[in-house]
Amino acid sequence: MKRQSPSTESSTESRTAQILLIALALAFLAFFLMLPLIAVFSEALKQGLAPFLDAVSNPDALSAIRLTLIIAAISVPLNMVFGLAASWAITKFSFPGKNLLLTLIDLPFSVSPVVSGLIFVLLFGAQGLLGPWLSAHGLKIIFAVPGIILATVFITFPFVARELIPLMMEQGKDDEEAALSLGASGWQTFWHVTLPNIRWGLLYGVLLCNARAMGEFGAVSVVSGHIRGETNTMPLHVEILYNEYDFVGAFAVASLLAALALVTLVLKTVLEWRFDLHSGARH
Amino acid sequence: MIRVQNITKRFGNYPALHGIDLEIQPGEFIALLGPSGSGKTTLLRIIAGLEFQDEGQVYFNGDDVSDIPVGKRNVGFVFQQYALFRHMTVADNIAFGLTVRKARRRPAKAEIKARAEELLRVVQLEGLGQRYPGQLSGGQRQRVALARALAIEPGLLLLDEPFGALDAKVRKDLRRWLRDLHKQMGLTSIFVTHDQEEALELADRVVVMDHGRIDQIGTPEQVYMEPATAFVSHFVGETNRLPDGRHIRPHDFEITATGSDRVIVDNVFRKGGSWRVEGRLTETDTIVEIDVDAHEAPPTIGETVTIAARRARTFSSAGDR
Ligand SMILES: Nc1ncnc2c1ncn2[C@@H]1O[C@H](COP(=O)(O)OP(=O)(O)O)[C@@H](O)[C@H]1O
Ligand SMILES: [Mg+2]
Repeated sequence: MKRQSPSTESSTESRTAQILLIALALAFLAFFLMLPLIAVFSEALKQGLAPFLDAVSNPDALSAIRLTLIIAAISVPLNMVFGLAASWAITKFSFPGKNLLLTLIDLPFSVSPVVSGLIFVLLFGAQGLLGPWLSAHGLKIIFAVPGIILATVFITFPFVARELIPLMMEQGKDDEEAALSLGASGWQTFWHVTLPNIRWGLLYGVLLCNARAMGEFGAVSVVSGHIRGETNTMPLHVEILYNEYDFVGAFAVASLLAALALVTLVLKTVLEWRFDLHSGARH
Repeated sequence: MIRVQNITKRFGNYPALHGIDLEIQPGEFIALLGPSGSGKTTLLRIIAGLEFQDEGQVYFNGDDVSDIPVGKRNVGFVFQQYALFRHMTVADNIAFGLTVRKARRRPAKAEIKARAEELLRVVQLEGLGQRYPGQLSGGQRQRVALARALAIEPGLLLLDEPFGALDAKVRKDLRRWLRDLHKQMGLTSIFVTHDQEEALELADRVVVMDHGRIDQIGTPEQVYMEPATAFVSHFVGETNRLPDGRHIRPHDFEITATGSDRVIVDNVFRKGGSWRVEGRLTETDTIVEIDVDAHEAPPTIGETVTIAARRARTFSSAGDR
């Protein structure tokens, strides 16, 4: 639909406002997003490529990269499944406690990550609720990889569900009921009908979830213990290097994270474009 | 034969259906007719097995299917909003019910393809099998939905406001066509509508529902000519309700010098094949609508005429909800 401009006067006025707003948004973006991004890469490459490569291939850096990848490889699929299950339950069934579940899904977003981390320490730490039992069985969660995974799963839980719930809500359950009435099993219905309907939204949620899983600092910092070569993830490694005045090293590793952010952004844009095309074709 | 016995359904505290009894013979075309919120969809979904009753039973050919889920009842269900699978081609949509069958009962690939082609021809969409639902018009989509439901050779076809989302012309064409299809294929069908014209035109029998109850079950002729309740009389066709409790259809009035009620004429216009006269009873100011034959001269606006009723009904207050 094209809107008609009521009069030339008010349309020039709105045109000026438009330009002003766009300029403001661009200036804001440049200052708060582009400038830091450029700074990260230029700091990282300040002394040339060799120190950059050295910093990135240093054993501690490699270990941090490996750990970050492992964390993401475990927590992202877990949250994909959790997020799908939660969205499915919330949108396709009605049950008591549904609103509570909706609120709980948002909890990781509304609590400071540091507090989330502390909750895990309180639960699983040496002095924590389950601490004695864990140490009696030789299990170590806090200051070890399992703790980092737990904290990351908790922090990144909402991404997939938040993406899927509005989408599945809008799509309703007619498609699923049609499939069931045609004799499809629950699994066939999910695989052939629900999943294709939500695939782009799901991919988008997974992407955001992954970006956060790799980038999370607060909660992970609390439970990790910062053991070099063992429990340091990339963001934690960056902080350590920075505190040791190894700026090139810090920015080199940081630039890898920044590159991840850029890749996520590009993929997200591509997905949104596909997504729009897709939902556009529906109506 | 389909038998629905004493069905009651509540949503929370809200009673959507109470004590519904209904029998449907093989080959019948049944309309569930009623205003929005009267429980038509709920009843249809309970018959399908998409929803479950709180009390009562559903029998298919004598078997109690009350606890059997939709996938095992062998019913075809057509949704108001089509509910086509948008990522599948039209042909794949139609074939869906066959392709998801267990290997033991699944026809060979070529056979499934032939069956989809045949159904495309039945719903007059030959050559559109490779399109996606998004590339079809509303009427075409609804026909694909119908073909998809027919592919499983359902014992019972259920349609929820199948023409609700279509514009008037397409609607009319499509419902005639559905009526023929129902006969040709020897289907047993139930469709939901809030449009009395649609129900009267299509159905062998009309089930008139109001507030979760059945007010009347009858042929279109019976429901129109002998409405069982005041509600049916008003919902199916038009009815004037006079202060003395008589219910009179506009075409059952005649303007005659020997009439007993005096009416001031407020408006006269063409309606279909006759004149529609709108006026007020002089005594009570009650608004009345009167039909006058097209070839007779209608009264003029402002004139006072006397009218008589050729035919009137009264309803006991129990039925007068
Ligand atoms: N899933 C549901 N949850 C709560 N109330 C419902 C649900 N489905 C239907 N209802 C209510 O039951 C009544 C009958 O609904 P429905 O069968 O859809 O009526 P109709 O199809 O005649 O318009 C309505 O008041 C509706 O709001
Ligand atoms: Mg309905």
